[in-house]
Amino acid sequence: MNLIRFIFLLVFAIPVARIFTGADVVDRQRLPKKGPAIIAANHNSHVDTLLLLTVFPLTAMGRLRPVAAADYFLRGPMISWFSRKVIGIVPITRTGATSGGPADQDVLAPAREALGRGDIILIFPEGTRGDSSDAMGRLKAGVARLAEAFPQAPVIPIWLEGAGRVLPKGTHVPVPMNCTVLVGEPLAWCGERAAFIDRLRAALLDLKAKAPPQHWIEPEQV
Amino acid sequence: MTSPITLPFSAAWHTPPAAPALIWGLGAVLAILTLGALAAALLPLVRPGKDYTNLRQRVNSWWVMVALLAAALLLGWQATTVLFAVISFIALREFLSLAPSRREDRLVILAAYLVIPINYAFVAFDRYGVYLVFIPVYCFMVAPFLMACIGQTQAYLARAATLHWGLVTCVYSLGYVAFLMRTPLTEHLPAGPAGMVFLLLFVTEFNDVAQYVWGKLFGRNKITPKVSPNKTWEGFLGGWISTAAVIWFLGPYLAPLQGWGRAWMAFALPLAGFAGDVTMSAVKRDIGVKDTSALIPGHGGMLDRADSLTFTAPLYFHLLAFFALERF
Repeated sequence: MNLIRFIFLLVFAIPVARIFTGADVVDRQRLPKKGPAIIAANHNSHVDTLLLLTVFPLTAMGRLRPVAAADYFLRGPMISWFSRKVIGIVPITRTGATSGGPADQDVLAPAREALGRGDIILIFPEGTRGDSSDAMGRLKAGVARLAEAFPQAPVIPIWLEGAGRVLPKGTHVPVPMNCTVLVGEPLAWCGERAAFIDRLRAALLDLKAKAPPQHWIEPEQV
Repeated sequence: MTSPITLPFSAAWHTPPAAPALIWGLGAVLAILTLGALAAALLPLVRPGKDYTNLRQRVNSWWVMVALLAAALLLGWQATTVLFAVISFIALREFLSLAPSRREDRLVILAAYLVIPINYAFVAFDRYGVYLVFIPVYCFMVAPFLMACIGQTQAYLARAATLHWGLVTCVYSLGYVAFLMRTPLTEHLPAGPAGMVFLLLFVTEFNDVAQYVWGKLFGRNKITPKVSPNKTWEGFLGGWISTAAVIWFLGPYLAPLQGWGRAWMAFALPLAGFAGDVTMSAVKRDIGVKDTSALIPGHGGMLDRADSLTFTAPLYFHLLAFFALERF
């Protein structure tokens, strides 16, 4: 792990995550200690990445690589440097993924390279942040393709409860609220993409059902 | 009521000398903890086959909690104020995260956190009169007004009441612990302000543990079957009598407890601890969680540990204020 990233995690990310989220982890022992491994989590906030970066043991932290949209995280030289060197992202091109055809094979190339190096890939299969309404979006197939390419890498589903309240999409002021990281049983590649996505979805919803009620009450639930 | 403003955290910060009774008290706590640690280490050898992880975690967490509290008490009122502001923040965050609220309440929740530094500033600047009314009267009016300004009126009363309940228990009540440290040294205190706070913390936690142990040993008849099915009459009465005895016999060495004050404290404080515990259990049951967070391994969250203290702290303070302390 480079020194800047280590200092960032230790001096900024860990204290901030603890103050703003409490950083509770359920079944911490299921977090992988080494790569290659794929973490698949629901996504509601930038806090998700920050929180996940800080819950791993220090020895695994250097191996963590969040998969992040190139159009957002590589805009401008400063943000790009910060994303690559400090957050340690693996860039993914979002525009190519929708066009289909042979070009979209390359979209995941950086992620595959990272898995090949033995890194732990952090991926949000919903592809973008949700509106914190707590409903899970449609899961994109990229995570299944990575699992297919690296069948030896376990896919660990993680449900993040509450992060969408700390800093919802479109807001700039974080509000401290307890969040819970629920770690699921690792899924092995089952040989078929659609079936694998279905299993991942079921695993995530299963974790969601076990989460403490750290979410907004919707108007109809008075 | 009015006192000249004394500058907190001034350059002339000197740590008050610790009274012998306080040192003895802290030594006794260390001895008890060592016994607990020995039990946690030896039990798996003597009676193998059971899982002692929880016991070990509980004891380890006690070391950390005792170290933090002891350090704050020995350093003086400044450190104690900061520590309890942090405790209030963690407790309030746990409460507001679990209690039902709407996305419209987000900024009101942020405002609720700002109450903590203001509340503890009154401790730091020694403004007792303002402290007394700030949360119970003025936050009580302003927070619902802010919520009304947002315009979301569904379940409005329930949400406003929830917010106020959280502020009073987590911030106002716990703040009394810090305010007790501001008792002037000119009053006749057997072990200084730190001795008084030590006695409060010790007997509150002792009461929790004693109820648990009596319940484990002799518990038969459930006392609150719907709220806290593990609590029994035997645990409650055993804890009450043992804690009352501890307050009666140790109280006068650590706090200005004589005559009726001593008797009332021994009688009422264990009841308050029990009431705080049961009340927080009802809140947790309503929300549908067992623990308020996983902050303290083996114990649960900050509110799981401080639930009794949210009731004992104000009562302890007011009984002392009524019977002994001239300042309050």
